[in-house]
Amino acid sequence: MNDMLIPSVGVVTEIRKDTPDVKTFRVVGIDGKKPFEHIPGQCAMISVPGVSEGMFSITSSPTQSEYMEFSIKKCGCLTEWLHSMEVGQQVTVRGPFGNGFPVDTELKGKNLIFIAGGIGLAPLHSVINYVRANRENYGKVTVVYGSRSKDDLVDINEIQNEWMNEKDFEVHLTIDRPQEGWDGHVGFVPNFVKELGLNTQDTVLLCGPPIMIKFTLAGLIELGFEKTQVYTTMELRMKCGIGKCGRCNIGDKYVCKDGPVFRCDQLDEMPSEY
Amino acid sequence: MFKIKKTKLNELFAAISDGNVLYVPCNIKGDTDYAVWGEGAEADLETLKTVKSAKSVFFPQCEDIVSFTREGKNVTVNSMQRESEDFVVFGVRACDAKSFEILDRVFLSDPVDTFYKTKREHGTIVALCCTRPEETCFCKAFGIDASAPAGDVTTCFNGEYLYWQPVTEKGLNLTKTLQNLFESADENDELAVADEQKNIREISEKLPLSSLDLSYWGKDDLLEKFNSPKWGELSEACLGCGACTFVCPTCQCYDVRDFDKGNGIQRYRCWDSCMYKDFTMMAHGTPRPTQMQRFRQRFMHKLVYFPSNNDGVFSCVGCGRCLEKCPIHMNIVKVAKAIGGEKDE
Amino acid sequence: MMQQVVDIMRKRALQLLGSGTVNRVIGWKNGEFGYDQTPAVFKTEDELSALVYDSFSSPNLSKYLIEESKKEGKILAFLKPCDTYSFNQLIKEHRINRDGVYIVGIECCGMVDINKLKALGAVGVNGIADDGETITAHTLYGDKTFKKEEVLLEKCLACKGKKHVAFDELIIVNAQDDEAKPRFDGVKEIEAMTPDERFAFWRSQLSKCIRCNACRNVCPACSCLQCVFDNPKSGVASKATPDTFEEQMYHVIRAFHVAGRCTDCGECSRVCPQNIPLHLLNRKFIKDMNEFYGEYQAGADTETRPPLVNYTAGDVEPTVISDKGGDN
Repeated sequence: MNDMLIPSVGVVTEIRKDTPDVKTFRVVGIDGKKPFEHIPGQCAMISVPGVSEGMFSITSSPTQSEYMEFSIKKCGCLTEWLHSMEVGQQVTVRGPFGNGFPVDTELKGKNLIFIAGGIGLAPLHSVINYVRANRENYGKVTVVYGSRSKDDLVDINEIQNEWMNEKDFEVHLTIDRPQEGWDGHVGFVPNFVKELGLNTQDTVLLCGPPIMIKFTLAGLIELGFEKTQVYTTMELRMKCGIGKCGRCNIGDKYVCKDGPVFRCDQLDEMPSEY
Repeated sequence: MFKIKKTKLNELFAAISDGNVLYVPCNIKGDTDYAVWGEGAEADLETLKTVKSAKSVFFPQCEDIVSFTREGKNVTVNSMQRESEDFVVFGVRACDAKSFEILDRVFLSDPVDTFYKTKREHGTIVALCCTRPEETCFCKAFGIDASAPAGDVTTCFNGEYLYWQPVTEKGLNLTKTLQNLFESADENDELAVADEQKNIREISEKLPLSSLDLSYWGKDDLLEKFNSPKWGELSEACLGCGACTFVCPTCQCYDVRDFDKGNGIQRYRCWDSCMYKDFTMMAHGTPRPTQMQRFRQRFMHKLVYFPSNNDGVFSCVGCGRCLEKCPIHMNIVKVAKAIGGEKDE
Repeated sequence: MMQQVVDIMRKRALQLLGSGTVNRVIGWKNGEFGYDQTPAVFKTEDELSALVYDSFSSPNLSKYLIEESKKEGKILAFLKPCDTYSFNQLIKEHRINRDGVYIVGIECCGMVDINKLKALGAVGVNGIADDGETITAHTLYGDKTFKKEEVLLEKCLACKGKKHVAFDELIIVNAQDDEAKPRFDGVKEIEAMTPDERFAFWRSQLSKCIRCNACRNVCPACSCLQCVFDNPKSGVASKATPDTFEEQMYHVIRAFHVAGRCTDCGECSRVCPQNIPLHLLNRKFIKDMNEFYGEYQAGADTETRPPLVNYTAGDVEPTVISDKGGDN
């Protein structure tokens, strides 16, 4: 019986330090293969037995057949432990959980605008690389990504060396405050978005801290986007991942099962407890 | 239908115990809860409301899920054996019996909770009519008939006898193993039982909360209900304890925790309460920082969110345990009336 | 009998609201069956019509004053004599803002335990009559009458006396018996047990615990903003655990935490859904402290230093533990 509560062992084969508080962990199963298949935007439960278990976005694209990656920000008990571990450490993984982005339905054939703030790039990273791997299925891609400082931009090497060179890919970076060695844009993402002359026919995938989502969404509406064009992801406390433990329940939705991806018009029908 | 003298109940329990683990409401230091029947167990079939509901047999307050060993960088996952022995739960009242329909909707919907499913498969429910419903009972408001509880076997006390009616395949199988203890019930018995059931229904009619009007509640106008200004006043006295959740037959939220045994790590799940402030706590804060929000979550879930996902079925069976156990006597009835309007008066 | 008192309470509350002395009132509101009252805050004359006070107004309102006393404007609090002990103790611990509360002390004739009524056969209670001497439960199956003293709450059987130790004014209509009742008999029974018997006693009681935290959340002495049992990093969860030892430690640790501060208000035992006699743990501490450091009643005033934070040369030596036979 396939039991979603029982994890399997994952081996950490590579650790990259992306920013002062974000590390990306590469994980394979004990057999050396990718632990399981997923859809971009889906999540996995990672745990260190005896420490805790937590839900994380799978940052790697499903088209990556060898392994899975997770970009994780240090912010609590479990993530501190994960940040202190070394290559070769075994953890447990279970999943995939959640709905993921509708990459093969609603997003197909569309021009896509990705807007991310800080670690909010994590769930979008998977979609962006999925789109790159299936370039013919999608139109123009615009990435707007901002962070506190240039040191806090996750995956900056991949962004500059790969995404920026991709055909029909436009990448806009911004940081919150001026910084030595940075000649790019300075300012908050919500304001930056309004200056970019985005095409209001495009579809938006938005992810970041709640406050950034709130103001960016307001900005997009101001520009003429409809809420039905904007997708975002939600983050709540989760324990089971299968809509039973009750923790991530908002209204009649369970974020672990019905989310984490929601279209912004759906959010209007939900109590504002996120 | 079969019957057995009340004086022979211990023989019946002994016979059921032969081949099954038998759970019966037992008096434990003055309080009644389901416990394994055996040496020294004092069955209590008078008390209507066990402190913890019959859900505790199928979904225990604390349950091991999986264990781990960690050595250096290595982790081993040791899957737990699902409990597979056959068991019988005797004395389940109509409200608790109905609660399994609600719990099934949660735990047996895809992806299935294998721990609960295994217990459901191996458990036989012997339900018992409520001879004397109490003022806190309002199962009738949810269409439950206290005189006809849903179970694999339905039983009813009347006069000197316990009457026994197998209902399902499981019930018939259990009955077969007990055949030599039973007498056959005749026509007069059937009439007497029907009479007793009529009595129970008549009392149910007269219960003060039986006419509780739930027509306002349900899946529609979710946000209107959520935004009612009355939540503040209703939750004002709530102490934020979990008594209501833990005695509730339909509350099923749980926590998953690791316990370091020294020679390995036990991952277990235990009942949790949306009334607790750490329930939704994340590293960067909680989306429900006030007790009003946590209080609202519990009742909105039972009266709006759950029905929205489950064909209009409420996640409450009117057992009335929360009415009895809340330290400040705030409860689903007061909430339903205050926000839903008191149309019954 | 209590109706007269309630009328005066309501009238006085309206005067104090009208004069602007207070802007809200905390009291009790009736429920469905005549015994299931809920603490409530009233702001208007209309709301105050729901104010009740009788033998079922047992919830101790002092704990609510921790939050309420910090809000805008004064709150009128109707406090029973024993509730004023908790109030004083919270003042002493700087948990309540005294200027935010106007206390009207109200007489108490003893609070009734609905569970005792039910245990004595009152099934299907949907109304109560109280003549001061007897309690009559109107039930679906007929009336049942009990002597009030047979159905009093445990906390009232150990009444500290009918004197208010904190108040701004009093409403006393009926003369009050001021005698404190003996309260250590239950503790003495347990002390008389052998250590094995004692361990067995507590084990059987504490194993009933469902870890709902009602005892902690109702307790006026448990006023920490963040309880150690709610701290995920403490390693002790506020939930059921597979380890029965930790389960039992919860109550023992809690009793230690409130030692010297517990006024013996009895709310913990009243609210326990499993009827665990938690007051016995607290009273054991009170009794021991009385013996070690001299008579002390937490909450009797707002100034006396509590024995556990007040070192004197005459304090007992730690060897008192073995002298008392604790090392058996």
